[in-house]
Amino acid sequence: MSEDEELPDLVGGSTRSSNSTAVSGGGDQNYVSPSPDQVLENVIENVLYFLTSRHDRNAASLVCKSWYHAEALTRSELFIGNCYSVSPCRVTNRFKLIKAIAIKGKPRFSDFSLLPPDWGAHFAPWLRAMAVSYRALEKVYLKRMCVSDEDLAIAAHSFPILKELVLVCCEGFGTDGLAIVARECRHIRVLELVDSDITDDEVDWISCFPDDVTCLESLIFDCVESPINFEALERLVARSPSLKKLRLNSYISIRQLYCLMIRAPQLTHLGTGSFSTLEIVAQGEQEPDYISAFAACKSLICLSGFKDINPEYLSAIYPVCGNLTSLNLSYANISAEQLKPVICQCHKLQTFWALDSVSDEGLQAVSAACKDLRELRVFPVEALEDAEGPVSEVGLLAISEGCRKLQSILYFCQRMTNAAVVAMSKNCPDLVVFRLCIMGRHRPDHVTGEPMDEGFGAIVKNCKKLTRLAVSGLLTDRAFNYIGQYGKLLRTLSVAFAGNTDLGLKYLLEGCPKLLKLEIRDSPFGDSALFAGLHHYYNMRFMWLSSCKVTRHGCEEVARQLPGLVVEVIALNEEDKETNEYVDTMYLYRSLDRPRADAPRMMVRPPLIVGKALYKYKAGLPLAGLKISRSPCGSMYLSS
Amino acid sequence: MEGYSRKDVGCPQLLDLIPKEKEWLVKSAEETNHGLSEEKKLELRLGPPGGDWTFKQINGPKNESLLSFGFFPNTTAGATTTSAPTPWQHQAKASFFPLMEKKSCRTVELQGAEKKAFSPANKAVPNSSNAQKRTAPAPVVGWPPIRSFRKNLANGNSSKLSSESQSVVPDKDFSKKPIENCPKSRFVKINMDGVPIGRKVDLKAFNSYEKLSSAVDELFRGLLAAQSDSSTNGIENELEEEKVISGLLNGSGEYTLVYEDNEGDRMLVGDVPWDMFVSTVKRLRVLKSSELPMLSCGSKPGKLSLDGSI
Repeated sequence: MSEDEELPDLVGGSTRSSNSTAVSGGGDQNYVSPSPDQVLENVIENVLYFLTSRHDRNAASLVCKSWYHAEALTRSELFIGNCYSVSPCRVTNRFKLIKAIAIKGKPRFSDFSLLPPDWGAHFAPWLRAMAVSYRALEKVYLKRMCVSDEDLAIAAHSFPILKELVLVCCEGFGTDGLAIVARECRHIRVLELVDSDITDDEVDWISCFPDDVTCLESLIFDCVESPINFEALERLVARSPSLKKLRLNSYISIRQLYCLMIRAPQLTHLGTGSFSTLEIVAQGEQEPDYISAFAACKSLICLSGFKDINPEYLSAIYPVCGNLTSLNLSYANISAEQLKPVICQCHKLQTFWALDSVSDEGLQAVSAACKDLRELRVFPVEALEDAEGPVSEVGLLAISEGCRKLQSILYFCQRMTNAAVVAMSKNCPDLVVFRLCIMGRHRPDHVTGEPMDEGFGAIVKNCKKLTRLAVSGLLTDRAFNYIGQYGKLLRTLSVAFAGNTDLGLKYLLEGCPKLLKLEIRDSPFGDSALFAGLHHYYNMRFMWLSSCKVTRHGCEEVARQLPGLVVEVIALNEEDKETNEYVDTMYLYRSLDRPRADAPRMMVRPPLIVGKALYKYKAGLPLAGLKISRSPCGSMYLSS
Repeated sequence: MEGYSRKDVGCPQLLDLIPKEKEWLVKSAEETNHGLSEEKKLELRLGPPGGDWTFKQINGPKNESLLSFGFFPNTTAGATTTSAPTPWQHQAKASFFPLMEKKSCRTVELQGAEKKAFSPANKAVPNSSNAQKRTAPAPVVGWPPIRSFRKNLANGNSSKLSSESQSVVPDKDFSKKPIENCPKSRFVKINMDGVPIGRKVDLKAFNSYEKLSSAVDELFRGLLAAQSDSSTNGIENELEEEKVISGLLNGSGEYTLVYEDNEGDRMLVGDVPWDMFVSTVKRLRVLKSSELPMLSCGSKPGKLSLDGSI
């Protein structure tokens, strides 16, 4: 295509054949046509501006170099699924304009004490890099990261317009750090602490918010296990007119909740705190009119808390039940009888979390009332293997029959049947997440005595949209055969105490092309199964195998063959050089950079990191012969 | 661990053991070798019948091998008996058994001091523990997969009326808090003289005073250097230029590690067995050794006479 054909001939008289090979820009000295690259960049920058999905942007960045550069300059939201998959330096070198970042750290099994403490996932190196490169950062979301008070202080100073800070399943900081955030982050709109381990530094952090009107929209601190200065909280709520989400901790009594609710009737999301009386009340003193407080909250759609519930107060929530789309009673040890009058009014409910204390009967009531239910989670009151268990296949079946739009279920129980699981697979074709935890290990179908293979097989076969699966009970290799055969969209799979031979894992690795996150514990999968996934590990975020039958030799072989992986091994006996010993835990993940240097050296059993020139270190000793340096952006690396 | 305080026992032998950890290990090695010396048996102390189990808590390579083979016969047996037939366990090779035992060992490590406390007690009273287990297999770490803050909700339900509440100040009644048997972390705050912002350490990551001391050194070394030389950009410092903080435990260094326990007393770190320390420590402090008062010769050995909050 010649540009000459479209250019006006301003010079005139020049003999040019429009059919000849044209020289771009020829014939005219004054008009400089934009280069193809420039045109492309202009178009892309204007188009890319509208591309928000990271998957779309990743695809755009792969087209060619100029698209890559243009995309890198225009991306504003960043998602790092594994903090060790890429170094902070590499990220800040590529992306220049980041306003929002989400970083995930430890693998999920760390929630269940399967990772040594102080394993890693520190926020500090990321913070150091971003404090230099992303001073306009507005949103920070961290999950399963170690964050110190000092980190929070640095973040508060480095990001003057920080608006949202969300910490999920994090640890390492305390109310000291919260005080600094409250005091220094003048623009904070969202401060959410979810399921995090926050130490009580005996600091009144609520009083640290500035005295003038705040722009707080969301304040979630139900996991903070320390007393709150209630008067300060009350004043804070009163001067936060934009507050929509408020989740209180268990130190807030129901009387105090009342005071807060009448000051904030505009709330849409409320976590009620203890929902019982914690103070001494004088004899004959009037109870506040809790029902009217709830009635005043016309916008309330999400209710949670009930951390210490006095069931007598439950009727106070009746006025809002008809509007609720989300109800979380998973800390409320209530019976079916106590649940029924509430749940029968919750016609719009889409999300419901409860304890199994409500029993099958309570679930039947849910099934009858909540026709729009999308997500159900049933947690055990007693997380023991041999408890009686008030919920069973009866409750699961009832839910499947009443809640046809179900998309996500997490169900803890002591006994289950294939028939009920098969029924759910047929009744709820929209299922995206199916997580069934039969708490007794290796429990078969309690009616037929058969393994649970057919039930889970039906789920993967009939639920065509399934992306997340967690299996349990007695399972043979056949179950994995089903999953490999039908689980073509499966991204996340969680396996425990299942399978017979290496075939089980092979079926998964060979059959599930979209598998991204695989966590397996206590299953007899060994090295030959490990090798069956070599073609796929680069497509995965991580794979976790603990108490299986992989050996150190197997792990090292994988690391050798796939230099783009980091393979972390936690072996029981550091002194034992025998590579045929089973390793206790293997955690492998793809990484663009060197293996991390921040693996703990002080702990009893630090993980051994193999892969990429096999960096190793001994327990308790400094890295002999290797120097630890800091790159200009502050991340540590090894060099010899 | 509750109610067990070695501080109350004013036996001279304890002072001999302070503060060098090596001596603890030596003593424990002697004692774990087939019973206790006569001297120990005659000593008055609190503890379960049959022995002083605190000495056996101290970790070290020797003791861990002891733990894996000597202390968990019940656990090992329990782990292999399950209610339902499990094909792959029966096919298990001989080499799998060591894995099971070592897993028990790891079970101990991860679940911390409280778990260790129970196992020797089980050993002392085997019949009742077996009766408790019925046919259930031994508990396994992290199973069922419930996060710690969702556990023990059976205690949480309160149908108390307002008049039954104990506290005067609007305050949470601590007896209603869910009991956590095996917390996965044990964060305590640690402050250092001259460093404005404190840090947190997870004591579960260590098993000895030496490891804690090294970690404290690492934590604060860079901060101290940055404090003393304000013109330096702390990020650019090479680690070698920072001064090592040593002698935290024996008073020989520029700084000394002290802690405040759950009774509010300020103690020198290193006096009590490690696991007792982990369960009673509330916060740590690194003080300049020159500012430490002389040890008082009062009723509590090791207690610093200076009052005042940390």
